Amino acid sequence: MSAAVEGGCIEPKLNLNGSSALESRAVDFHLRLHLHHQLAEKAMLENEANPTLSKSTGLPRKRFYRARAHSNPLSDSHFPVPTSPCHVNLSLHFPQFCSSSDQIDSSKKIQFADIGCGFGGLLISLSTLFPDTLMIGMELRDKVTEYVKERILALRLANPGQYQNISVVRTNSMKYIPNFFEKGQLSKMFFLFPDPHFKEKNHRRRVISSHLLDEYAYALGVDGIIYTITDVEELGDWMKACLESHPMFEAITEEELEADPVVKLLSSATEESQKVARNGGQTFQAVYRRIMPAT
Amino acid sequence: MEETLTEEGETNKDIEVAPALIAVHPTQKSVAVAVGSDLRVFDFQGVSAVSLVDDTSGPFHKDSIRAIRYSADGNLFVSAGDDKVVKIWSTDSWCCICTVPSEKRVSAVALSNDSLYVCFADKFGVVWVVDLDGFDGNQMLVNKKAAPLLAHYCSIITSLEFSPDGRFVISADRDFKIRVTVFPKKPLDGAHEIQSFCLGHTEFVSCLDFVFTSDFPQGFLVSGSGDSTVRLWDISSGSLLDTCEVGAKAELLESNGKEEECNLAVTDLCTFPDGTLIAVAAQSLQGIVLLSCDLSTRTLSITRVVSIMGEAFIPTSLGMSSSARLLWMVTGVSNLHGFVNPPLVRVRIISGFEKSSPGDPTILEDNEILGGDKLLEKLQGSVSVEEKVFLAAAEAVKTAMSNLLVKKQYSTEKREFRKRTRNDRKTKQ
Repeated sequence: MSAAVEGGCIEPKLNLNGSSALESRAVDFHLRLHLHHQLAEKAMLENEANPTLSKSTGLPRKRFYRARAHSNPLSDSHFPVPTSPCHVNLSLHFPQFCSSSDQIDSSKKIQFADIGCGFGGLLISLSTLFPDTLMIGMELRDKVTEYVKERILALRLANPGQYQNISVVRTNSMKYIPNFFEKGQLSKMFFLFPDPHFKEKNHRRRVISSHLLDEYAYALGVDGIIYTITDVEELGDWMKACLESHPMFEAITEEELEADPVVKLLSSATEESQKVARNGGQTFQAVYRRIMPAT
Repeated sequence: MEETLTEEGETNKDIEVAPALIAVHPTQKSVAVAVGSDLRVFDFQGVSAVSLVDDTSGPFHKDSIRAIRYSADGNLFVSAGDDKVVKIWSTDSWCCICTVPSEKRVSAVALSNDSLYVCFADKFGVVWVVDLDGFDGNQMLVNKKAAPLLAHYCSIITSLEFSPDGRFVISADRDFKIRVTVFPKKPLDGAHEIQSFCLGHTEFVSCLDFVFTSDFPQGFLVSGSGDSTVRLWDISSGSLLDTCEVGAKAELLESNGKEEECNLAVTDLCTFPDGTLIAVAAQSLQGIVLLSCDLSTRTLSITRVVSIMGEAFIPTSLGMSSSARLLWMVTGVSNLHGFVNPPLVRVRIISGFEKSSPGDPTILEDNEILGGDKLLEKLQGSVSVEEKVFLAAAEAVKTAMSNLLVKKQYSTEKREFRKRTRNDRKTKQ
């Protein structure tokens, strides 16, 4: 109940004259929120026992994990951050892959990182596609992280032996990538539908920038792949331009894109991409490979 | 964070002070002290105070200087700070050969070992580079613009250093991070290749320096931090080699009569040219801690604490030339409320570190200092200064440092309260 009440604090802002993509997304968000409130009240009367889990599927229900659409990446963080990559406790995230006893034997490492994983749609699709690869979602909004955590736990419970290779962590990946990953540890990084930050003064809050690409190039091994997609053309151009001008990334050829099963997931697996598809929106993707810089 | 910064900045205006800084010419031809917007240089060759020459009228710097440094060959000197300009001086004529504008306040400076590039870091985490190509020692460089080199994501950069072999540029920030970046052949295009991150500090990193000898020409990085430790690093792998708890030692010294203080931040450190000794300054410590570094076993150990007797002197900055074995220390603070302007500082020197004469390090008396009263008058602002102001100064520096660099912790209730007073909410009402 309290979660629903808290959600109600966000005033529904119906500005239908809004022209930018962000505003239309915000309107969409608020309209749906409003609808959800009406539905939630009904549901509440019917389902008094554990209301955050769906009765039929056992999965957490998103409406109880509603959060702001945005979070300020510049503010000081108050969540724990591992001092260095060797302080990341893998046995906590992947109990079936890494028991606490063989923590020293660090043969198993996280290889995929979904930066700003949102509600975790991509991770869940990737989990079954690469069942032996450890992957982690990184998300700044605590309620959303909580939802993904519950979702993964519920999926593990419902499908024994599956979904053991995915996990989520609440962190600010713009600040703390080096605290989680060693040099060259990752083979894939995902940036799906990131916050567009339209205002020029907020461009430095964008998760793809030429300076941050230095850090992503550090965390990615040579031949690692960075996947980006957005429904905002301006941001798509920006991300492409950043990657194109960076000496440690090169564009992936059309044939390779065709052959890569992951590329198809970009525009279908996440909650955000499904929404874009539902509204018949366009998407702009940029997929680049980490290369050795020319010396 | 920007919102919080301005908000805090307004309320804490009166205690937003800058510590006095000291830098010594590599062959001890001159020594420079910066306090507030005041830059004071004393020349040992002419045994006289230097008057700086700058075409721009008025004071050379208009706000607190936050970083000063000589180039490795001693021909150049750089000063920069809160007035968002970087001034490059020729140490021959003490003319300002170049004034480079910065978008943000400058927090650290460094020069490449070949003196071809000046790097400076701002409070938003960006490191900039200026090329001095074509400078032959006399003419002015006009319209030099800085190009972005690298960035720490919106974190104040506290220290910048080049590795002894010049291959890497090291930057440290308030998010506990030390980043080692390959210094590229064309720095103006940016430095994109990160060699390593040195992670292990649990508070802001305040200072960096290198220890190196002829046996270990690449040397090792030493860093001081708000977590009151000094750490030794291998920069090519980023691995932590040793940790030395300096705070505990300093506290022990301080605890007589005073209540226990914890986490005395390391404020500055300075390595000796032969790479075995490191002088460390810490908050509330009246003196310095001497560490010895064993490069073959890669360990740090506390040798001794040199305390300043008979005077309340907590150094805010340390400096040393690469030739003479004198450790220069300064204490003082800019625009402290209720004190005279231009501010007074106190300079002290420790000698007696020679290996050949294994006597104890001794603190030179004012009349033993080369340059004597003339030097003191120039650098301190007055030959004799009342010591009691400096305890207040050190206290103010301590407060300013923690306001600037320590992450603010709020209780849950306070956080909720702050959310209610957020700017975006305010406008709606």
